[in-house]
Amino acid sequence: MTRFLPFILRSTLRNKRRTVLTILSLIISLFLFCTLRTVITSLAASLESASTARLITRRSTSLTFMMPASYRDRLAQIPGVEDVAYMSWFGGVYIDERNFFAQFAVDPVRYLVMYPEYRLTPEEKETFRRERTACIIGEKLARKYGFKKGDRITLRGTIFEGIWDFTVCGIALPATPDLDTNWLLFNGEYLNQRMGDFGQVGTFVLKLKDPSRAGDIARIVDATFANSAAETKTETEKAFQLGFISMLGNIQAVIYALGSAIVIAIGLVSMNTMMMAARERTREIAVLKALGFNDRTVVGLVLAEALLITLVGGLLGAGLARLVFAFSNFNAGGFFQQFKVTDGTLAQAMGIALFLGLVSGLAPAWNAARLRIVDALRHSG
Amino acid sequence: MDSPTGARPIIALRGVSKTYWRDTIEVPVLAQLDLDVADGEFLALMGPSGSGKSTILNLVSGIDSPTAGRVVVAGVDLGSLDQAALAAFRARHVGFIFQSYNLIPVLTAFQNVELPLLLTGLDRRQRKQHVLDVLGIVGLHGRSEHYPRQLSGGQEQRVAIARAIVSDPSLLVADEPTGDLDAASATEILDLLGRLNREFGKTVVMVTHDPRAAERAHRVLHLDKGVLVESVRRDRP
Ligand SMILES: Nc1ncnc2c1ncn2[C@@H]1O[C@H](COP(=O)(O)OP(=O)(O)OP(=O)(O)O)[C@@H](O)[C@H]1O
Ligand SMILES: [Mg+2]
Repeated sequence: MTRFLPFILRSTLRNKRRTVLTILSLIISLFLFCTLRTVITSLAASLESASTARLITRRSTSLTFMMPASYRDRLAQIPGVEDVAYMSWFGGVYIDERNFFAQFAVDPVRYLVMYPEYRLTPEEKETFRRERTACIIGEKLARKYGFKKGDRITLRGTIFEGIWDFTVCGIALPATPDLDTNWLLFNGEYLNQRMGDFGQVGTFVLKLKDPSRAGDIARIVDATFANSAAETKTETEKAFQLGFISMLGNIQAVIYALGSAIVIAIGLVSMNTMMMAARERTREIAVLKALGFNDRTVVGLVLAEALLITLVGGLLGAGLARLVFAFSNFNAGGFFQQFKVTDGTLAQAMGIALFLGLVSGLAPAWNAARLRIVDALRHSG
Repeated sequence: MDSPTGARPIIALRGVSKTYWRDTIEVPVLAQLDLDVADGEFLALMGPSGSGKSTILNLVSGIDSPTAGRVVVAGVDLGSLDQAALAAFRARHVGFIFQSYNLIPVLTAFQNVELPLLLTGLDRRQRKQHVLDVLGIVGLHGRSEHYPRQLSGGQEQRVAIARAIVSDPSLLVADEPTGDLDAASATEILDLLGRLNREFGKTVVMVTHDPRAAERAHRVLHLDKGVLVESVRRDRP
């Protein structure tokens, strides 16, 4: 078949503008497809990495309300709870609003113990515990801004007003690459102290002895604080994140609908291109057949031409999506832990390109096979 | 049945009929036609428009089939061949020369001539050799990289002839090969066909309206109302 390649190439370039436009529309649609599918895979990946062995307890009314730090002792006494740490959303601004990343004021000892998947040296943990203004940052954040140990990071508080200076005492490495490390942790006692010993925290993290009992324990926790001044809502870490990206199912449905619509639209475009291309060449196909090209060869040539166009479009579209998101570090302003076009998505995009090529080449190929040489040579002058 | 020139026939039509249907109306074109063409013969077919000259060429070259009768070419009964075998037969035995050249516009002269060789087992180097050889025979050495639109009509037809002979078929069928050409180019093309017939032993069956073209043939047959009448016979040199 390779000997026919120059011929196939020339054929696709016959009407350069039309071919280029078709390939462009394929590039755009498969780029969009890859992007949409990556939204789904990224959401799924962030859920994957969330733990079911930890519960998150927050105020039932809203995430933004706080609750007494003293709840900690009562939580720790609930059977099945192995350890409890607090973490409070800080919501500071680094230089300006566009530099979004998460900041938490955390229990300086227990929090790090509960999250062993973020790797730190014993010295780093010790410094964090000891120094009031110490902070730990994730590896991704460090890379993004070029932060090194000993650097000073200044945040402007929004919930907790004022200027807050921190010194980087450690950089946490993720145990697995899917974990998000675009964050900053600082000593919760420092927050408490600057807020005049206000004794409030945002959420508690509960480590369970037996993850399978998560549902029971969550109910017990919430029952414990029912009818108190600050009622709680407790759920697994996974469910907690699911709340953030709520209605994931709906998002998926919308995305799949969009993706299908795009693919169908482009399918029609390339089908039209191939039909037009083949119709213009009815006579040429008849000549090829007269020269001794049999039906199989002619069908192969027509299909190969359609496949060449759609596969080139697919390759460029999917490849571009992969490269663009890999190099731009796109994460929708921190919404996604990582936005990476997976191999699976690439394979699906190429599968679609292949499918489009076959579908759009099918009718012209069929016509070419059926074409009667004498008729074609008589008519199209 | 002996062929008129006494040599072994390369084409034998026996009781060939061809009928077309226009809607429900029968249009008989050829009825009970017999024709022999000897190997190495140069035959001209003349006759009024619509008399069925092209139809005969189509039957002989295996791109159309008769309603009744037998068509035997190079010892092969074409009626016994399926689509793929007919294609293989054409690739092996028949070279086509059309009135309007029918070159592929996006391919160079070289690539156009190379097309029939893509169906053979020849490698790239061998194909190149063959293509350059036949481009030499038709007098277009220097034009192999030209596209059809960069060539004159006469040159285009010579490329088409090169394409027809590149796989060395024994039979050339030409349907009004000079119909679109000026007198000078037509003479060149006819000279070339005569040479292919004399020097390379190609059997040529040519349809033409031009008496001067017919002069080149050993034999001229007139087709009128389904009957073939011999008008001229010259001795072969
Ligand atoms: N596919 C077809 N369907 C119907 N009628 C046809 C078909 N092909 C040829 N005919 C008819 O058969 C007759 C012979 O056609 P053919 O093309 O063989 O004539 P011709 O002698 O080559 O004429 P010309 O000199 O004009 O080329 C014509 O009347 C033509 O209209
Ligand atoms: Mg004709």
